[in-house]
Amino acid sequence: MSAVSSSEIWQEFAKSKVGLVGIGILASLIILSAVAVITIPIDTFKQWNNPGKWISYPKTSVPIWINYFMTEKIPEHLILDNPSAITKDDIISLTSHQFGVQYYYDDFPSDFIYEFSVEYSGSQLLQISVIRPDQSQILLLSRSLPHSDTNIIHHERIFSTDNTIKKNIQIHFSEMGFYNQSTSSEDMIFANKDGQVLKGDYLFLLNIYGVEEKVKIIDSRLILGGKAFGMMGTDELRRDLAVGLLWGTPLALFIGISVAVGSVTAGLIYGVYAGFKGKKTDEAMMRFNDVIYALPALPFLIILAVTISNSIFLLVGFLMIFSWVGIAKVSRSMALQIKTRQYVEASQMMGQKNSKIIFKHIIPQLLPYAFASIAISVPAAITTEAGISFLGLGDPTFPTWGQILHDAFTYGAAARGMWWWIAPPGIMIAITGLAFVFIGNALDAIVNPKLKK
Amino acid sequence: MFGVLMITLLLTVLLVGSNMDIILKQGISYQVRAEITESPTIAKSFATVEEFDQFVQEQIDQRMKALGLDTPWYSPQRIGFTMYKILILDFGNATFLTSDSGSSNVGDILLEKIPRTVLLFTTATIIISIIGIFLGALAGSKVGSIVDRITSAFAVISSSFPVWWVGMLMIFMFAFTYHIFPARATPTILPTEPDYILALLYHMTLPLITIVMIGFGTWAYLVRNFMVGTLQEDFITAKKAIGINKKKIIYKHALKNAAPPIITILALSLSGSLGGAIITEAVFDWPGMGRLYFEAISVMDLPIIIGATYVLTVLFLISIFVADLLYGYFDPRVKTE
Repeated sequence: MSAVSSSEIWQEFAKSKVGLVGIGILASLIILSAVAVITIPIDTFKQWNNPGKWISYPKTSVPIWINYFMTEKIPEHLILDNPSAITKDDIISLTSHQFGVQYYYDDFPSDFIYEFSVEYSGSQLLQISVIRPDQSQILLLSRSLPHSDTNIIHHERIFSTDNTIKKNIQIHFSEMGFYNQSTSSEDMIFANKDGQVLKGDYLFLLNIYGVEEKVKIIDSRLILGGKAFGMMGTDELRRDLAVGLLWGTPLALFIGISVAVGSVTAGLIYGVYAGFKGKKTDEAMMRFNDVIYALPALPFLIILAVTISNSIFLLVGFLMIFSWVGIAKVSRSMALQIKTRQYVEASQMMGQKNSKIIFKHIIPQLLPYAFASIAISVPAAITTEAGISFLGLGDPTFPTWGQILHDAFTYGAAARGMWWWIAPPGIMIAITGLAFVFIGNALDAIVNPKLKK
Repeated sequence: MFGVLMITLLLTVLLVGSNMDIILKQGISYQVRAEITESPTIAKSFATVEEFDQFVQEQIDQRMKALGLDTPWYSPQRIGFTMYKILILDFGNATFLTSDSGSSNVGDILLEKIPRTVLLFTTATIIISIIGIFLGALAGSKVGSIVDRITSAFAVISSSFPVWWVGMLMIFMFAFTYHIFPARATPTILPTEPDYILALLYHMTLPLITIVMIGFGTWAYLVRNFMVGTLQEDFITAKKAIGINKKKIIYKHALKNAAPPIITILALSLSGSLGGAIITEAVFDWPGMGRLYFEAISVMDLPIIIGATYVLTVLFLISIFVADLLYGYFDPRVKTE
């Protein structure tokens, strides 16, 4: 075993298909984490538990790609925030924002919200109207903004449930002769005569008229409520699951790799030292090892998380406490073998320091084994952390996969058929685990040729 | 081994000790205040508020001294006393949780939960090991065959899924989409009714299938690796050369030689199964040891935490001991050393 050199390992490893697949998955996970870190600002994931941040997102909506498999297209949740702006300066000034919507879905939107902030002075009039695919124009709302002599910034949200909108729609459709009292405003706007969805291009016009021309729309967006959103859908708290899943990747890799590297290094040095020293030191160190081995790990981890802290960095430390034991045992027995080799005895005789013998002569021999154990112990660390988070004891400031599953479980996602909330985090955990198991198995087969035959 | 047990116990006590102290002290001051409000005459006999407060404080201090709470929780007498009580299996009373019959004695609660965990997890472990041993032996005897590849692939893939997540998916599939099995694993009818056992078994099916499904792959893989090692030994080649039936070689001679490590793992996983799986029990709402543990930790019911940890550690150490004895029986080389 110890005769394998590092270049030989690479040669062998390149031959193993499973190992290469593992490396491939790992590489794509690393790319995914890089994408997450670059594209999604750290702010977003720090706001994970702040409901205010997610207010304009839909509740429990399915991923949008589901529409490719559906004959009846589920309406997407549309957040339109770059309207085409037109301004006219006349005696009466006009600032107009126009939102074009291509509506080809088979169901009505659940609602619409117009959210804007405008800087103005004097009296201004806001008009909202919509041009439908059949070219009819409906005036939805005509309302004056609060009068002000000085320059102010006015912020407002107009909801589709607004009574004025309902009245205006009633007037419009009663003239056309197919008004239905029980239908909501948004359904009327998007309906044809038979009450079905009228598919086509809609244009929402938001005009602000004023006698003074100093009108500046700072922020303006139209939210058309739907039941499908984003690549991964959203959860009960309107959070975009794609953000959580993406950010979970670097976190899981960090937890897994740091726990594995830390515990294997500690276990290796501990075991080798015990084996090399022998006699009473060995005995005492191995008894201590037995104690840790006999501790029930998960209950203790939970107690530690509850009583001390649930910070993610401390959790990594706690996980290390329980995972170095096995490595220490194996590396001790290996060190016992290597210790008796002649070159170790020779260097001992020449008066080399113990630390030098351990780090220069014994540990390098165990490195292939150490790498294999690092790869193999990563998945356990990731699943344990996910389990602790799943119980609601994880670090609340970081959205890990386990926490997404915890939320899914508390909000009864299984009972409500929300598969897009349950399946992806688990699949990500499994894929990450698989990558390391593949790499580990490939390395293991090289280190222990007996298994291969 | 006894030393290991004591150290484990000491660590648990140390970890939860300070919290236990705070809870006990709060309990006493609450008790004193409640007694005073119940009898208004005591409150009336004081002229000023300060005097009254002082009286209350004196009462609290007195009781703390009587219970030995005036020394800090990490003082040797108190820890020693706690450990002595646990050693004689007196776990005291739980602070919040009770057993189904209403008893708050920790011993009663544990005795009520352990059989349920045994029913689910130990059954699952036994099924897993039986399937695992035979599949592993089969795969190990034909290295590189389709059976071997499928077993190995299944082992690797299933080991990277968290059991509880698969449990959630199973609940989603079989309880809510197809309505075959119930979602909650606790039977809805009372234990006294005649159909109770059937109901219990029916409710047990889904968690059992899940645990077995995720578990047996790893077992088969382990057994396979032992078998591959054993089948390369000379005596197997010799037996093959004599012309002994291949099946007989695999199941009688090779398996017996691969037995020692398998027995060790079996003993450890059987005792491990007694603790239940905290998360799996939470997902399936199975009222066993794992859930008890979790509930106890979330409300900081310390006597239960300490009692359960102690019992589990004892069982674990016993199983290590038994495994060692069995190892010696199956592999006499160890004994002579």
